[in-house]
Amino acid sequence: MTTVTASASGVRWTKKHLLGLEELSADEISLILDQAAEFKRLAAEGETKLASLKGTVVANLFFEPSTRTRTSFSLAAKRLSADTVDFTASSSSLSKGETFYDTAQNIEAMGVDQVVVRHSTSGAPHLLSKLLKASVLNAGDGTHEHPTQGLLDIFTIREHRQKIAGLTVALVGDILHSRVARSNIWGLKKLGARVIVCGPSTLIPAHVERLGVEVSNNLDEILGQCDCINLLRIQFERQRSAFFPSIREYAHFFGMNGDRIRRSKSDVLILAPGPINRGVEITPEVADGPHSVILDQVTNGLMIRMACLYLLHNRRQEEYS
Amino acid sequence: MSPDTLADASGYMTKVIPSESPMSTTLIRGGRIIDPSQNIDRVGSLFLRNDRIEGIDTGASVADHVIDATGLLVCPGLIDIHVSLREPGDEKDETIESGTAAALAGGMTSVACMPDTSPVVDNRAAAEFVQLQSERAGHCNVFPLGAVTKNNDGEELAEIGQLVEGGAVGFTDGKLTVANAEIMRRALEYTRMFGRPIFNHPQVPELAAKGIMHEGYHSMLLGLRGIPAGAEVIMVARDIALAEMTGGHVHLMTLSTAGAVDQVRRAKAKGLRVTAEVTPHHLALQDVALQSYDPNFKVDPPLRTKEHIDALIEGLRDGTIDVICSDHQPFADEKKQNELDSAPAGVVGLETLLPICVKTLIEPGHLTWAKLIAKLTINPATILGIQKGTLKSGHDADITIIDPTTAWRIDPTKFRSKGRNTPFSGWEVKGRAHLVIVAGKVRYHV
Repeated sequence: MTTVTASASGVRWTKKHLLGLEELSADEISLILDQAAEFKRLAAEGETKLASLKGTVVANLFFEPSTRTRTSFSLAAKRLSADTVDFTASSSSLSKGETFYDTAQNIEAMGVDQVVVRHSTSGAPHLLSKLLKASVLNAGDGTHEHPTQGLLDIFTIREHRQKIAGLTVALVGDILHSRVARSNIWGLKKLGARVIVCGPSTLIPAHVERLGVEVSNNLDEILGQCDCINLLRIQFERQRSAFFPSIREYAHFFGMNGDRIRRSKSDVLILAPGPINRGVEITPEVADGPHSVILDQVTNGLMIRMACLYLLHNRRQEEYS
Repeated sequence: MSPDTLADASGYMTKVIPSESPMSTTLIRGGRIIDPSQNIDRVGSLFLRNDRIEGIDTGASVADHVIDATGLLVCPGLIDIHVSLREPGDEKDETIESGTAAALAGGMTSVACMPDTSPVVDNRAAAEFVQLQSERAGHCNVFPLGAVTKNNDGEELAEIGQLVEGGAVGFTDGKLTVANAEIMRRALEYTRMFGRPIFNHPQVPELAAKGIMHEGYHSMLLGLRGIPAGAEVIMVARDIALAEMTGGHVHLMTLSTAGAVDQVRRAKAKGLRVTAEVTPHHLALQDVALQSYDPNFKVDPPLRTKEHIDALIEGLRDGTIDVICSDHQPFADEKKQNELDSAPAGVVGLETLLPICVKTLIEPGHLTWAKLIAKLTINPATILGIQKGTLKSGHDADITIIDPTTAWRIDPTKFRSKGRNTPFSGWEVKGRAHLVIVAGKVRYHV
């Protein structure tokens, strides 16, 4: 295989942790995307099992329920021949009064090299990274960042359009509570895209325009400008009060349906981080239609996570050699 | 209730810590005496006889004990109007013994403590227990604040009159806002009869629910749930309206917003019985500190932005804000050192109040020493209705001698408090209690 050790401009991977896209440079993001592309090429050639992480342990530490991201990370680690251990909040000792720190330290004591952490509190992976010798990969922290999701969204767009710079990408829906939105905004802006956030005014946080994005409350108005539309999941479980009157009203104004597709650019890409609420943010006609790249996102997620585990592992190897 | 009742309540408290040698005199000489209650700020000598102040510059040159205070500030004992001592119920966080030891080390000779213990101080026996424990500890004076409502539930008034008889000097539900306007109205009407204030945490609970930090640019960036400034502004407006309606005394705890300061300023101009306090951490720190995700920056109300801090400082300068308090909230490490959602809000403050005031208010020239000392002595004493915070002849000999110039480094491992949850660890500061006298007796000395 070809190891991508440096980006086109010669930047090498030096970070110990992957906590968010906010702290990555455009070159570092490109490096991950290039490495993921290399893994995808190898997979297409039938090389699905690589020995890169043999002898190392990757722990999936999920303090919040997740099936897709956990499975994707777990498979990515296995493809690279790492041993994996899974902790979930329900099976761990959190319910027995053990603190977050105790749990993490116990896992460290088992000789774990990389910790993949998902937590409902923003910043939890950042706290862990200060405490552990292991590398920490953020698999989603509260309403802050979900860097591998941002990367796989960007990877999918790049795969279809061969570029990011100059594209107009809309993030539609619940921006306020979305870690996916924040990671997408950081990554897309750094790579030169124009980003519009669109949703009901209750779900667009104040000051978001200071991140260099445009704000819209009218999907129909921006449809014709967008090269890509990323439909964020309406997170019913996160909502502590009524942000909009009804699902029906939300779908009426912000749901992507066949009619809206016909009024979009003919080559518009429809992304959704999933799991999707069919009939809410997206109709089945769109989700399963020709513009949808939703399943590509899932495939690419595996490649992105392999790339992240691989780059962090190489950096650890360099540290010890 | 007559003013005599207040004096009696105070007299009861001063007997808590009797002077060991009943016939002794102390002369503190060479220091800069600052007593805002008498507009005194000059170098002089202070003479104490037994547990009482005899006077300033009495001409006496001999005494049983002579203290040289050259280069130091000699002030009435500092009073911290807002501390949580955690006992009974949460002795792993703090005890009355450890909390009052911390208070002394911070220069406080008196503290008023929150009723937010378990059980809650909502009855006379609980208030008397707090005083008994402080007497046993033998550090500084403790004035209990009683609960406004039973169990701090916000539903039924606690036995406020019985609590007054048991020594409670004011009423509050601590960090639980008295949210029901009808209950707050009745509480203000009822406490008026005893001449006691209601301390309210002015924050609309629905707007603050589960919030971690100030709602603004940084909360958006960090993905942390915000508490909007409006949550405070709205409740301050309600409390001022109720103070006007009832004639009761509302003391607004730990102001953090410009809008609240504006309203208190206007309420005072109208002559309403509204007083207010601020903490040093709300002056020294901003919301951006949460970038570290360090739970020691999670406080309630949250750290705000520079424009709010500037308004708080202006409020201190022009007298809108009467008092500086620590809002001392000790938590054991296993509670506080957690991810932000589960870490409780609050920081320890007794042992850092003075130096942070020096750094944020004295060094930049916002307040004179006399103005600062007023907010730590006579102003809190007046709000609590206690005969403290002054160097007038005949008053209790509670004295704090401050070293304003020696630099030192804040080290939480040296705290007397059991709580190590400070946001100021490692700060290089000036200003610290050098010697503290309670009822004529030296209780703390660097």
